[in-house]
Amino acid sequence: MKIVFTTSGENLDAPLDPRFGRARGFLLYDTETGQYEIVDNEQNLNAAQGAGIQAAETVSRLGAGALITGHCGPKAFRALMAGGIQIYNTDVATIAAALEEFQAGRLMSANAADVEGHWA
Amino acid sequence: MDISANLSIAIASGKGGTGKTTVALNLARVYDAPVQLLDCDVEEPNDHLFLKGGFGPEEAVGIPVPEIDPAKCRGCGECSRFCQYHAIAAIGTPPLVFAELCHGCGGCAKVCQNGAIREVDRRVGVVRTLKDGDISLIQGCLDVGVAMAPPLIRAVQSKRNGSLLTILDAPPGTSCPVVATLRRADRAILVTEPTPFGLHDLTLAVETVRALGIPFGVVINRAGIGDDRVLDFCAESGIPILAVIPEDRRIAEVCSRGELIVESLPEYRGVFRDLLEKILTPGALEPV
Repeated sequence: MKIVFTTSGENLDAPLDPRFGRARGFLLYDTETGQYEIVDNEQNLNAAQGAGIQAAETVSRLGAGALITGHCGPKAFRALMAGGIQIYNTDVATIAAALEEFQAGRLMSANAADVEGHWA
Repeated sequence: MDISANLSIAIASGKGGTGKTTVALNLARVYDAPVQLLDCDVEEPNDHLFLKGGFGPEEAVGIPVPEIDPAKCRGCGECSRFCQYHAIAAIGTPPLVFAELCHGCGGCAKVCQNGAIREVDRRVGVVRTLKDGDISLIQGCLDVGVAMAPPLIRAVQSKRNGSLLTILDAPPGTSCPVVATLRRADRAILVTEPTPFGLHDLTLAVETVRALGIPFGVVINRAGIGDDRVLDFCAESGIPILAVIPEDRRIAEVCSRGELIVESLPEYRGVFRDLLEKILTPGALEPV
């Protein structure tokens, strides 16, 4: 399965960005191969509206089955659900730590948005 | 005053709370003929608080938003790519519609090759009217939770009787709702206060009306507070100062009681009559 992490960094040691729609970028991790790639989200940083929706489209297009991020608002949640993407919220510091939590089964899939829109 | 005008005069400011509504209402009241007052601050309309009489029946205003027919949609995603406001997300077939983000442009229905999108009405607010003497107030009021002011402002303006003088009470700021208000104005009055904040936002408002090519002048309200920088700015920029309203505790008291300055403090009638005369006189304003 492919997992998207929100981050402003370039590798697994980078910090996990608590924002989804306006994260600087995404790290797309393949659990089967352990390979990853960085995907830019720059266009959404300054979007007037709909950043979370646009980001959800990106995650869907990347073929990810899960998103691990800090928080996720209601519109992004609805869009990710429509794409069949599981959402995991966590406040750990790095992507590596979040991946470890996920693989140890300590993250629970979210069943609702955990923040209001425009929270950050 | 011997002026037969059918102009539309926008009262704008940049900064909020400088006295747009005060100037708009008192200008309307000193005009001695039927006049229309359009409350375009649809997020927080308040002109009616200073007028007598109740509203007539209200009219709902909506914008067209897309509805997608799942039987016809092939999931090509053209609609989503077209939408600059991200109101359609191409995730799955059919795509998801976020009606609250839609600006009602209709582009998605036009780019759909499969005729899968039809437009349905989504209510954004109401237009109401009230008559108090010679003043006919037309007010737009956005529904709670809706953030789509420009279509409602255009609906308010569409009610205008083009044969009468019209005063547009604009929202604060310089963003889309203000531009929607100014776009149909023949002239503009920018109300400011002589403070650093007033000056900062005045410069933004000046840039806005200049970009729109609208002749304008400035009214300084609460003169006596702050400093001289607004005066200096206007002098350097060649912007006429059309009126100066002094800082006067009695004006604040009158406004807090929901009364009009020109009625409760008749000594100020001249200030507003002069202002009206200046704004309606060709050549008195900054050339475009």
